[in-house]
Amino acid sequence: MKASIIVFPGSNCDRDIAVSIKKLTDLEPIMVWHKETSIPNSDLIVIPGGFTFGDYLRCGSIAANSPIMNDVIKKATNGLPTLGICNGFQILTESGLLPGTLIKNDCLSFLCKTVSIRVENNETNFSKKYKKNEIINIPIAHNEGNFFANEDTLKKIKDSNQIIFKYCNQNGEVNNETNPNGSIENIAGITNEQGNVLGMMPHPERATCEITKLSDGENLFKSISEFLL
Amino acid sequence: MKLNVKIMPKNGVLDPQGKAIENSLSQLGFKNVSEIRQGKIIEIDIDADKDQAINIADEMCKKLLVNLIIEDYEIIFDREK
Repeated sequence: MKASIIVFPGSNCDRDIAVSIKKLTDLEPIMVWHKETSIPNSDLIVIPGGFTFGDYLRCGSIAANSPIMNDVIKKATNGLPTLGICNGFQILTESGLLPGTLIKNDCLSFLCKTVSIRVENNETNFSKKYKKNEIINIPIAHNEGNFFANEDTLKKIKDSNQIIFKYCNQNGEVNNETNPNGSIENIAGITNEQGNVLGMMPHPERATCEITKLSDGENLFKSISEFLL
Repeated sequence: MKLNVKIMPKNGVLDPQGKAIENSLSQLGFKNVSEIRQGKIIEIDIDADKDQAINIADEMCKKLLVNLIIEDYEIIFDREK
């Protein structure tokens, strides 16, 4: 089984993802350059974090129009599990695979720290190894992580249980004080309606090894692995 | 045909950049300043007549230049080449 990691100019979490995938799943990570026009036979697509194309125009907007994205959109729409982290989340919203968009943090500064997030929905193939309402600690590192959607879109997202993670504190409280970036309803991660595409701002791959002293990201990869077996 | 595309954050969408500029101006002593919003202008030279160029620019806006969830745009005809 293979996981295709899409690499754009400015991607910088691609190798970390590959390490996590190798360690925690039975998938063999393969790097796919953005100028390719088709993804090799894969069981998972990952769009890693970074600052693709220097965040020019809008974060993720240029990458969302790279040649490889036609095939990403086609395969993700047909149900292939697809994970976008940080800039990967921005690319997924810009490409239309996920609703809403990500705008500048309301605190006006780049955030780089470990935050607590609450698992809102553990019935997806990305989150089934977590408990519902489990509080996990995962690093964030972004300037544009403020999730925004209009009222209609937000209602649809909520009605279909597409919110997977919300920012909270150590006690699991979700409110303005525990919202690092101004995201609507503290949203940290959502899926598409079908549930096969997940976008999240926190970096689970940075919480899978001893160096970072964090391990709460492991269950995300284990969830994917269990589902694919 | 030279065109400008003016892109502005939609009303109601948080514009932290506008807010930061507003705070800074007020710190500098500029009083009675409000509603500052920051957008961008993109200059494009399209080799086509005016109507065609506007249509092409409109397509560019929808496909790449503008995120309609958070931004409004206006195509401004600049001057003949």
